[in-house]
Amino acid sequence: MSTENTLEHTITKADFEGKQEYTITVYAENRIGLLNRIAIIFSKRKINIESLNTSPSEIDGIHRFNIVITESYEVVRKLARQIEKQIEVLKVYFNTNEEIIWQELALYKVSTDEIAEKVTVERLLRQYGASAVVIRKDYTVFAVTGHREETDALVKALEPYELIEFVRSARVAIIKDSAGFHEKLKEFEAFEPGEELVENEFLDKGEKIFTM
Amino acid sequence: METAQDTIQQPEAKAETSKTLFKGTGSQMLLNGLIEEGVTTIFGYPGGAIMPIYDALYDYAEKLQHILVRHEQGGIHAAQGFARTSGKVGVCFATSGPGATNLVTGLADAQIDSTPLVCITGQVFAHLLGTDAFQETDVINITTPVTKWNYQVTDAKEIPEVLAKAFYIAKSGRPGPVLIDITKNAQLQVEEFPAYVKCNHIRSYRPKPKVRVEYIEQAAALINSAKKPFILFGQGVILGKAENEFKTFIEKSGIPAAWTILGDGAIPTSHSLNVGMLGMHGNYGPNVLTNECDVLIAIGMRFDDRVTGRLDKYAKQAKVIHLDIDPAEIDKNVKADVGVWGDCKETLPLLTNVVNENKHEDWLARFRDYNQQEIDQVITPELYPTSDEMTMGEVLRNINEICGGDAVIVTDVGQHQMVACRYAKFNNTRSNITSGGLGTMGFGLPAAIGAKYGAPEKTVIAIIGDGGFQMTPQELGTIMQFGAAVKILILNNRFLGMVRQWQQLFHDKRYSFVNITSPDFVALAKAYYIEADKVDERANLRKALETMINHDGSYLLEVMVGRENNVFPMVPQGMSVSEIRLK
Repeated sequence: MSTENTLEHTITKADFEGKQEYTITVYAENRIGLLNRIAIIFSKRKINIESLNTSPSEIDGIHRFNIVITESYEVVRKLARQIEKQIEVLKVYFNTNEEIIWQELALYKVSTDEIAEKVTVERLLRQYGASAVVIRKDYTVFAVTGHREETDALVKALEPYELIEFVRSARVAIIKDSAGFHEKLKEFEAFEPGEELVENEFLDKGEKIFTM
Repeated sequence: METAQDTIQQPEAKAETSKTLFKGTGSQMLLNGLIEEGVTTIFGYPGGAIMPIYDALYDYAEKLQHILVRHEQGGIHAAQGFARTSGKVGVCFATSGPGATNLVTGLADAQIDSTPLVCITGQVFAHLLGTDAFQETDVINITTPVTKWNYQVTDAKEIPEVLAKAFYIAKSGRPGPVLIDITKNAQLQVEEFPAYVKCNHIRSYRPKPKVRVEYIEQAAALINSAKKPFILFGQGVILGKAENEFKTFIEKSGIPAAWTILGDGAIPTSHSLNVGMLGMHGNYGPNVLTNECDVLIAIGMRFDDRVTGRLDKYAKQAKVIHLDIDPAEIDKNVKADVGVWGDCKETLPLLTNVVNENKHEDWLARFRDYNQQEIDQVITPELYPTSDEMTMGEVLRNINEICGGDAVIVTDVGQHQMVACRYAKFNNTRSNITSGGLGTMGFGLPAAIGAKYGAPEKTVIAIIGDGGFQMTPQELGTIMQFGAAVKILILNNRFLGMVRQWQQLFHDKRYSFVNITSPDFVALAKAYYIEADKVDERANLRKALETMINHDGSYLLEVMVGRENNVFPMVPQGMSVSEIRLK
């Protein structure tokens, strides 16, 4: 008697099983230890954080975390709720790559001699939209901002030419659909939360964004 | 509009009271704050890094009762027991390093069972942090995964605000444990403190939402069209102090209701709509009929795996309504067709207003049919055994007959726990105290001590196995010194019974390290000046239990029960709830 609807269930489940890259945006108070509190939500479930960035947000005193993981929708949704449950977290959004604008910054240190001698290198740099940050006799540092594939491609291209050092930042992302957090914050700062506010909205928009 | 006025009045009131500054140490401020929060009882253990607080406590003996436990784990379990019977926040003190790490099991237990606690730990001087000083441990990071919130105070000026936040966080929303780690310099620091102000809002924290009526209406529509509706209720009903609202709801809707072990007692065992216990060792009907109901209404429970069994075969035919205060629980394990996020104290009356009055006689009869099968095959042999060996069930039957369902029953973890939850009768809420989610052996004795302080007018019976008792027997010393009149009932089967049962059923009777020996428990109790007795024959059982319960003060009774009795029914791990076994 318990298997009647199993087929239907499997279909729904399969929809959500595909893993893809999600960017989780966390608005939180700037407090010591909160990074750990958020990080252990992932490590508890043995989920690897691929990229993590913390920075100020558009609101003074409120920090913004960008966390990138590759997981299924269902897993990400549950993670987002667990993060939002933390006392000092104000709000969590999670988005697929289509829903965000994002950039990463990469720095490349190469031998100046190599660049001076080999025109192809210069061409490569133009092609990848790199800019020179430092030029010294012994080495030159270039910077590239872009998506992972773009910064990775330049690493590959520079490999034959003495790439001395390479580093890439975490992803920073802006949500296309977001109207900012200011309005939301007013609700959070209301003395009596919930009285005049529409709550439970996440139940409406569960598929789109998670909001509490 | 009224709230806006309140906001304006608040600073004025503050300005007036802040004229009365309190000048003193951080430690004194902490104790003043505890008194302001209504704390009367603290369970704790002193040590180097918390000495200034204990020094201050010396002068507060009239206002704050401090119970000196024998181990910090005992202290925190006692605070849990206190919180569970009293409905207040449990408070415990421990020193830094080992004192603080000894709290971890209790914190994890309180976190998973949503028990409101405020734990204060001492910490080395702020200038020594990170130097591997004597008894320095990174308590904040150790306890982060097992606390609802934690904070390290390094400056006494932070103490009033942090303490107020701690109490607010511990008891609001879905309750949980909070830990405050206070460095020794902050405890000693002399400051002028403004008057203590309780916390009632943190901007990043939403303890509960305003309930949205549309979800209530959707839930009611499902309930009103249901032919076989079924309610599962958990501790949320008790934590929300919504027992009456819950009772009104089920009585109007006429829906059978079954409980998780932490929900047990929210309505009386004898209530006609109380159909029994859910889960692995729960009752036959509630488990089987979970997979037959058409609308499943979960109230303040979290679909733990011990309740659901195999998830992909769990209630697939049913529309699920889930009422919970924690939005992270909705859709976590079981997808809800209608999620009602809110405090059940508010959501249940709204739901009661819009559900139709109903009686589901035929559907209830199904539960009764299954119950009769269970009575015949399991319950009667357990409660009225014909063999010479005593059963745990018959001990519980006798307790029910003597106490009439008015006692607080505290259990440890294992077979005796399942038997006690299955058979104990409860007339009142907050009477069943057990370690549910974490399954902490050693919980029973210290929790019972705390439970007695939380409900001094009640008879408190700690039912503990021979294994679990040997995990925290040191707390007999606490009883000896402070006289908590706890009735300790050891059900001794000379095995780690639950593990043995699994080894018998699933590991070809390979009894690997479950054969545990015990000391002379009666002599042990008497060494602590606690009256004690032992029963190994049925003929003496009733009288011995009466003596224990009627004894003025604490009493230990050891009852020898059958060695290889099993707890049934049972949903074997990995099986569906409808595949529950009666033997």
